Amino acid sequence: MKNFSNKYMFLYSAALVAVVAVLLAFVAMSLKERQDKNIRNEKMQSLLKSIDIVVEADGAEAAYMQYFKQELTVKTDGSIVTDYPVEEFAKMPADRAFNVKLRDEQKRGDEGAFPVYVFEKDGQTGYVIPMQGNGLWGAVYANVALQADLNTIIGVTFSHDSETPGLGDKITTPEFQAQFVGKQILDENGQVVSVKVKKNADKGSMHEVDAISGGTMTSNGVDAMLLADLGRYQKFIDSRRSGMQVEEAEVPADLIAQEMTEEEIEKEEGKEANNE
Amino acid sequence: MSSKNSSLITNPFSKNNPITVQILGICSALAVTAQLKPAVVMAISVTVVVALANLIISLMRNTIPPRIRIIVQLVVVSALVVLVNQVLMAFVYDVSKQLSVYVGLIITNCIVMGRLEAFAMTNKPWDSLLDGIGNGLGYAIILVILGFVRELFGSGSIWGYPICEKLGLYNIGYENNGLVILAPMALILVGIIIWIQRSSDKTLQEK
Repeated sequence: MKNFSNKYMFLYSAALVAVVAVLLAFVAMSLKERQDKNIRNEKMQSLLKSIDIVVEADGAEAAYMQYFKQELTVKTDGSIVTDYPVEEFAKMPADRAFNVKLRDEQKRGDEGAFPVYVFEKDGQTGYVIPMQGNGLWGAVYANVALQADLNTIIGVTFSHDSETPGLGDKITTPEFQAQFVGKQILDENGQVVSVKVKKNADKGSMHEVDAISGGTMTSNGVDAMLLADLGRYQKFIDSRRSGMQVEEAEVPADLIAQEMTEEEIEKEEGKEANNE
Repeated sequence: MSSKNSSLITNPFSKNNPITVQILGICSALAVTAQLKPAVVMAISVTVVVALANLIISLMRNTIPPRIRIIVQLVVVSALVVLVNQVLMAFVYDVSKQLSVYVGLIITNCIVMGRLEAFAMTNKPWDSLLDGIGNGLGYAIILVILGFVRELFGSGSIWGYPICEKLGLYNIGYENNGLVILAPMALILVGIIIWIQRSSDKTLQEK
């Protein structure tokens, strides 16, 4: 075995590290564009899935431009910070809702600009609100699609970084997500009450869905995320809803009737009769 | 190709298989084989890394000071793994998300370091490359077997194609076995493969 001097060892390792650093930096730079595109496509696919449009990654951009008409960012006081119509998406303004880093905005609290996506599908306008919270092991994410009344949920998608396989990661299953369809996020006074994720949820309730057995911590995280992130849009929801009282009266009434069992309709009718 | 060289490729398939005989790289073999596709991508990634790492270390072997050889090996392996990860993220994004941390953990995969220490440090580049490819493929074959069995019985599909549904098995009361998807079943399957291999190959049996 040859004898190497200390000087040689230092120089050798320094040179090796320098070569590797240059190589990796070069590769990372040249592949960055493709990687960013993959991440953008995935985000678009997830937003589209919340309004029940399933597309391949290649078609994500075109489908996104087709269904999403407007991107807003709003503050918790309801004021609108940015507002881009679909025609401007291609210019990729840096402060568009799509580029918002939710975690950063959440840290800014009331100063944060929170994204809202406006979509149009089958002639119906609606809103998608993206969210980020904490599961058991890492971040959990959601896109909640709401009808024009900003109350009734038409679809949700959940994703996560590292929840337990087979337990917490069941939040991504169609079965769990389907529970949310038709639920409402506002109480009768228009206050955000969110949809609770709890054990033995009351099937008839508009504000409860079943938690995942074995995934309690993840379910709690999703529950907390929904409440906290929807709460930020309270003022925005108020201002939108006050502008469309007429439409609003019609749309949810139909939906409630569809979702309720006969028994509940009777109960509801009884309540109305009492009021009168 | 001489018989010595071809045995470098074929040995890891049988009496020197990295998983079933050397019992190396078990962790990733359990983690990524719930479905066939990630198992195959992982197998290719490891094969590429172990082959190139063997080649590069073998080329450098006479210049590497013995006292810092492990560090040098680690730097080379890490660089290759980061490269592989970047390429996966750019070209097969969905698979790279499924593999998540396990690509990064190729760095600590015992097969890679094991081959560098045991072979590449003392052998010529061409032999080392063959040895790397052989061991990578030996690892790959076990991953593919595990991925195939686990996806078929656990999810009822092959390479994402829902074969059990197409055959109408669910209609006659067949159900997927949830246990097969979990890691313990992968360990049991590895055990079964080892059992079969040892009972057929007398040289592997302890006296």
